[in-house]
Amino acid sequence: MFAIFEYPFMQNALIAGSMVAIVAAVLGYFLIVRGLSFAGHALSSIGFAGAAGAVLLGVSPIYGLMVFTVTASMAISILGREVRERDVATGVIMTFALGLGVLFLSLYHGYAEQAYSILFGTIVGVSRADVVFTFLLGLILLAVIVIISRPLLFSSFDVELAETRGVPVRALGGVFLILVALAISITTQVVGILLVFALLIGPSATATRLIHQPFRAIVLSIVLGLAYTWLGILLGGNSPWPVSFFITALSFGVYLPVRLLSKGIDSKRSAAGFEKRSGADFNLASKKAYRG
Amino acid sequence: MNKHSAVRKIMRNIRTQGPIIQLEQVDIQLGGRIILQDIDLSIQPGEFVVILGPNGAGKTTFLKLLLGLIQPASGSARVLGQPPKVGSRLIGYAPQHRAFDVELPLRGRDLVGFGLDGHRWGIGLPSRSRREKIDQALKEVDGLHLADAPFGQLSGGEQQRLLIAQALLTDPRLLILDEPLANLDLAYQQDVVSLIDQVCRTRGVTILLVAHDINPLLQVADRVIYMAHGHSAIGSPDEVITESNLTQLYGSPVQVVHTLGRYFVVGAEV
Repeated sequence: MFAIFEYPFMQNALIAGSMVAIVAAVLGYFLIVRGLSFAGHALSSIGFAGAAGAVLLGVSPIYGLMVFTVTASMAISILGREVRERDVATGVIMTFALGLGVLFLSLYHGYAEQAYSILFGTIVGVSRADVVFTFLLGLILLAVIVIISRPLLFSSFDVELAETRGVPVRALGGVFLILVALAISITTQVVGILLVFALLIGPSATATRLIHQPFRAIVLSIVLGLAYTWLGILLGGNSPWPVSFFITALSFGVYLPVRLLSKGIDSKRSAAGFEKRSGADFNLASKKAYRG
Repeated sequence: MNKHSAVRKIMRNIRTQGPIIQLEQVDIQLGGRIILQDIDLSIQPGEFVVILGPNGAGKTTFLKLLLGLIQPASGSARVLGQPPKVGSRLIGYAPQHRAFDVELPLRGRDLVGFGLDGHRWGIGLPSRSRREKIDQALKEVDGLHLADAPFGQLSGGEQQRLLIAQALLTDPRLLILDEPLANLDLAYQQDVVSLIDQVCRTRGVTILLVAHDINPLLQVADRVIYMAHGHSAIGSPDEVITESNLTQLYGSPVQVVHTLGRYFVVGAEV
């Protein structure tokens, strides 16, 4: 079963996949905390146009992905200051980019195969040069997120409060979206544009359900991301089914029971503990109101 | 202690003897529109001051000026002896409470910790002294049992306690609280008021608190600032909450009923 890793293309897949899993899991955590998971999805769809354009020009899709997602991330942070506005701005930009992507693909003659690879990923087609690039960019992204993590988390919790403490909230939000754009660009090589969500949001959606301490939640999210990717490559490498399928299936298969079970835990928890005081106070207040 | 920090300490002591907030003929504008004009006031160390006024009177904008988020259009504003600027450790701030996401993956302790070092770069390694400081602040607001609870799942009053603990962490001399009593039921309002009063007295910290209703705060407020229609008045509740004052502020007839130890303000736009 592990014999597949003797092939160089499988080694490439494993190295690139691991780096991508780590970066996506870390950035996904912040996307969830900031309530920006839709922007995560939109940026990957926007990347589709970039990748298709790059294919049309005969260069590696990763460059097109990076140009489009980074430009779009800057547009999103400039256009949408409020969360509500941001979703609208994001959606408008996303659909325009998807339209462009369709145009580029129709102009290109190797239609079906390239489109398939952009949309659903071809992890086993990653070259050694891609691996080096992915690895280095991944390291840079991780270094930047480590530096900005604390003020970023602070401003995710409350923008105004963070601002009064001197956090440059606008700049930080912009930098963060650029990091997400770059992370999506490298993630797309592994799972494809349509399935980026599985590695970006899947692991941290599960982790934040289970753990509320930020650092531990990020660590769990990395562990899950790596597990999905490794298992996905192992299963995909030993079967005729695509790696992307296994990764997304694992991501979903773990999230679903956690979501269903942790809901039970939450309501039990509040019934037993944290709400007790306010419950008592409510009774007190209603008694007072009754007397009054 | 080197010479510089010694000098700085002396400077700080000199400053602390003056008023905490000193505003002279301050006008506040926002987007070209005048929000408040001609504010003159001086607030002393240890005072408990309540800011009152209808929605849109500029109460939160006024706080933003003190926090250094906006600059006065004219006049002179000094907070702790300096022009207000963001990032001061001597000012603690708890923003207006909003509905937090129930699934917000942060614990009470994480939120309170933001008050200490949330603005610093890097991950921030856990340390015993950091933990002790956070525990101490939690204890002060009677919120130690909320330390490991997911913040989003706490009740409004519990979240408010933690927001106050967060504001206390840098050992501030001025505590600015934006509507800490909003959306709390009566019993909880009393809890939070006595908590803030206790903080005010034991720490000698100046409190500036925005509220909609003076009544829960009558026992503790030294002075009130009443804002309406661009104007403001400051004084003790008895001095400020009068028919002539409020009628003048609102520019339309207002009645004040003072009965059973409570104030009721009645008028067309109140």
